[in-house]
Amino acid sequence: MDNHFEIGLDGLRQKLLTMASHTETAVNQALQALIQRDFQLAVTVKESDHIIDQFEVEIDDLVIQLLTKAPLATNLRLVTVAMKIAQNLERIGDEASKIAKRAVELSQEPPLRIHLDLTRLASLALDMLKAALDAFVHRDSTAARAVIPRDREVDALNKEIHRILVQHMVENPGTIGRCLHLMVVSKSLERIADHATNVAEDVVYLCEAQDIRHTGAKGPPVV
Amino acid sequence: MSEISLPKIIPAEARTGIPAGSRTLITIDNLSLYYGASKALKNINLSLGERVVTAFIGPSGCGKSTLLRCLNRMNDLIDNVRIEGAVKIGGHDIYHSDVDVIELRKRVGMVFQKSNPFPKSIFENVAYGLRLHGLRDKSTLASSVEESLRGAALWDEVKDRLHSSALGLSGGQQQRLCIARAIAIKPEIILMDEPASALDPIATARVEELILELKQNFTIVIVTHNMQQAARISDFTAFFYIGELVEFDATTKVFTNPAKKQTEDYVTGRFG
Repeated sequence: MDNHFEIGLDGLRQKLLTMASHTETAVNQALQALIQRDFQLAVTVKESDHIIDQFEVEIDDLVIQLLTKAPLATNLRLVTVAMKIAQNLERIGDEASKIAKRAVELSQEPPLRIHLDLTRLASLALDMLKAALDAFVHRDSTAARAVIPRDREVDALNKEIHRILVQHMVENPGTIGRCLHLMVVSKSLERIADHATNVAEDVVYLCEAQDIRHTGAKGPPVV
Repeated sequence: MSEISLPKIIPAEARTGIPAGSRTLITIDNLSLYYGASKALKNINLSLGERVVTAFIGPSGCGKSTLLRCLNRMNDLIDNVRIEGAVKIGGHDIYHSDVDVIELRKRVGMVFQKSNPFPKSIFENVAYGLRLHGLRDKSTLASSVEESLRGAALWDEVKDRLHSSALGLSGGQQQRLCIARAIAIKPEIILMDEPASALDPIATARVEELILELKQNFTIVIVTHNMQQAARISDFTAFFYIGELVEFDATTKVFTNPAKKQTEDYVTGRFG
């Protein structure tokens, strides 16, 4: 039979996964609202951000309760990592909210005639997040490590989208407002990938007790 | 342009609390101990650093207190105990036939789980060991007693009642008195067998603070069942299980990322 501490840890894990699920949904819906120019969905995403914020507060509270019981070894790493992952998820929720806000603005203006690979960028960022969270669930540090270099591809694509948008603004000054909204969306997706990378690094610490942040573990840049 | 002030880089040894160039003071070499036919310690090999705090942890009956008592030959007082292997302090085997055990115990002091002051005054408790070792001069005795009581963070609480009975002190004060008594004769090593297990959290915190101060001058080996205490005060931790040394490493390592599954299971409360 599990002891009270194990039950508390399991509660923390469950809450974190529920928060992750809300966060993934928020990003997905924000993108859907953007692509389908769905004003109502964008407003809903924006207004639901407080749910994710509340999860962060509750997880911090659970973590503090568990820390008073002075966990050690794997338990200590799990509790501290859970707190950090929750913070990254909350930031991802904020990015989803930002995307939704831009989707609200864009839905009220005529569509831009420009080809941007925003869907691919979103898919890369969300895949990274999903892979990092799966690695957390399965305590798989190899899978977590594999997430980290993928951030390079996201960075490169974001840069490319920025380049296209700048060029479009130069050639079509009347679209500057809308292009800037899309730049923010692209940057938000790039930030989501950064947070997914942070989660992956935390999972590596959870599994291996190795802090690989700021060690150049992202691997070589994408050419 | 104003200059940016960067945080000072703290050397690794300052973070770990291990003095740079700390040398090995105690070497336990293939040590086994038998109570009659029962082997209570099994081929222990361990090197303990000078002026660091080493914690011995493990479930009841794992041999940690037995090993602690090997370090000043307290087990000699128990019938039917037999030892194989060696314990060297400063390179000299303390089990060698020419070792004066009284002299050894002067070098290696001990503090027990239950405070055990003599039924004498506070002053006499600390002066006792000094007198036993030949110190007679009253003013030297008085200054040594004061120095020891200050060293044990007790002076301010007892300076006005030095000649009152030690038995009138609180449990925590009695334990610090025992520490003062131990340090009065200036040992190199202090062994502590669960020194705070009978104390309340405030008295425990005082004893722990004291241990951290004492390590400036003494080498401390402590047996504790309280893993958070080991994490708070020790530089190195040894985990024992059924008479065997399972793992020995820097305390931070043992409590965040133990190498052995048995250690992980014990420190996370899965057994023991």
